[in-house]
Amino acid sequence: MIELKNLTKVFDSGGVKAIDEVNLCVPEGTIYGVIGSSGAGKSTLIRCVNLLERPTSGQVLVAGQDLTSLGEKALRQARHNIGMIFQHFNLLSSRTVYDNVALPLELAGASRQEIEQAVQPLLELTGLAAKKDSYPAQLSGGQKQRVAIARALASKPQVLLCDEATSALDPQTTRAILTLLKDINRRLKITILIITHEMDVVKSICDRVAIMSHGKIIEENDVEQFFLNPRTELAKEFVRSAIHEKPLAEIEARFQAEPSAGARPVVRLTFVGQGVVQPLITRAARQFNTDFSILQADIETVNEKAMGFLMVEIMGEPEAIEQSLQFLRGSPDAQNSSTVQVEVIGYVS
Amino acid sequence: MSADAWSLLLKALWETLYMVVSSGVVSFALGIPLGVLLYVTRTGRILENTLTNRVVGALVNAGRSIPFIILMVAIIPLTRLLTGTSIGTTAAIVPLSVAAIPFVARIAESALLEVPGGLVEAAQSMGASPMQIITRVLLPEAKGGLINGMTITLVTLVGYSAMAGAIGGGGLGDLGIRYGYQRFDGVIMLATVTVLIALVQLLQTVGDRLQQHYDRSH
Ligand SMILES: Nc1ncnc2c1ncn2[C@@H]1O[C@H](COP(=O)(O)OP(=O)(O)OP(=O)(O)O)[C@@H](O)[C@H]1O
Ligand SMILES: [Mg+2]
Repeated sequence: MIELKNLTKVFDSGGVKAIDEVNLCVPEGTIYGVIGSSGAGKSTLIRCVNLLERPTSGQVLVAGQDLTSLGEKALRQARHNIGMIFQHFNLLSSRTVYDNVALPLELAGASRQEIEQAVQPLLELTGLAAKKDSYPAQLSGGQKQRVAIARALASKPQVLLCDEATSALDPQTTRAILTLLKDINRRLKITILIITHEMDVVKSICDRVAIMSHGKIIEENDVEQFFLNPRTELAKEFVRSAIHEKPLAEIEARFQAEPSAGARPVVRLTFVGQGVVQPLITRAARQFNTDFSILQADIETVNEKAMGFLMVEIMGEPEAIEQSLQFLRGSPDAQNSSTVQVEVIGYVS
Repeated sequence: MSADAWSLLLKALWETLYMVVSSGVVSFALGIPLGVLLYVTRTGRILENTLTNRVVGALVNAGRSIPFIILMVAIIPLTRLLTGTSIGTTAAIVPLSVAAIPFVARIAESALLEVPGGLVEAAQSMGASPMQIITRVLLPEAKGGLINGMTITLVTLVGYSAMAGAIGGGGLGDLGIRYGYQRFDGVIMLATVTVLIALVQLLQTVGDRLQQHYDRSH
């Protein structure tokens, strides 16, 4: 639905290469997250998708149409097909909720009746029916973002762009807005591109995710695979932040990175779906007569699937430990690393 | 105060109102579009055009730097062309308007600059044309600031209209000078000043009310 080809954006002022040869493909109907640290170029990237920012070179294809080749008028037309919401909502303070939502339709020259017919269901979808005649100043942040979402959907776009749409909201409101976005994605089959620096956003609603760093996309994957098997250091860091992995204070004193005689491995097990890892551990323990001491455990919901993060210390005879580890690694689930990821992160003595 | 004095005062009040309101309307009608032009052609705005911005900006600055009393005399040919005469109340409307247009333009420009850039961006993302952005987003969102600016303009015009006596414009200021200052008529002087103060107070109060009514956002 959205395709970026060799996209590059250099800002004249300072000559910053904000986006560097980015290729990205967002399939129809997915929720696609782009995550990265501050200054990575995320906002610039999403603003290139509807050409609020003109790329220096490269192509932007939305619904098969190359936007960079369009003239002013055709571009305006194409933008009716791309809704956008912003971190700071950008609602018109002089208009009521209803009139804010009606704006894109007014701009497109819709009649009063057409506007009425389109706006009312959107207000209901976003839970704003009772606030129809309020002004933005009378709304909470969450309600304002709902208005912005309703407004972005008014022209029935196929694509919705969200630039840090929840960054100005508290965690509870963030959750509600994300749920709404997922709901919209399902009901209207709309493709959503989300820019964020919060891993929680990716975790709760994205199907696919890309990581940006210094203007480049350094890693891209399905979201479960991304959590299961992050490849770059930055990705690993983001995953750890999302599963709230804590430094292991209780074993820190005896922790070592390299194996040595008598040292026992500390293993991180990451898995998709419940009831995957428990039988695996039990079998390994029985078969090789080892003990698994759980140092940390966490179950997270990633894109509506349960994902587990377990950190264990394997105890027993050196031989048995090695066999248990082989067993875990050799299990069919782990081998194609589709559901279980086994990683030795260090040793304790 | 005698009946004569009363009728003098009423006539002068009427002349002042006539000059202020007429030149106010003319200067808003021409100054606001000029302010919009100054705003949209600024660097980084929707119709960025440095040359236009510089030229219009220079003209506006020039207009604002000429003292009113000199401007009044200097544009007599234009006044005659537009009103057929160079003296009288109607003739005074021309220099008053010409003086107020650049003033209104700058005030409108600064009111527009107060509109958050994100709103323009949001409108662009919806596929709004520059004209639609001006009429549907910028002007409505700047309404409070514009009303404030209009109030300041009208109050300033009340002051300028006093000088219009110099070209036979009449009005309260003229009355105050002729009777109060030149003929030492303290009563008329006092009455004139009182009416002027009341007029300015009234303008300011109405302006503030309107501004509050439209600025629901703050
Ligand atoms: N209009 C501009 N002119 C010049 N440089 C810019 C402009 N906009 C962004 N940049 C630069 O481009 C780089 C990427 O900025 P961008 O806003 O896309 O980052 P970001 O990933 O969205 O960061 P954040 O998470 O802080 O919003 C930064 O180095 C920034 O300074
Ligand atoms: Mg940003």
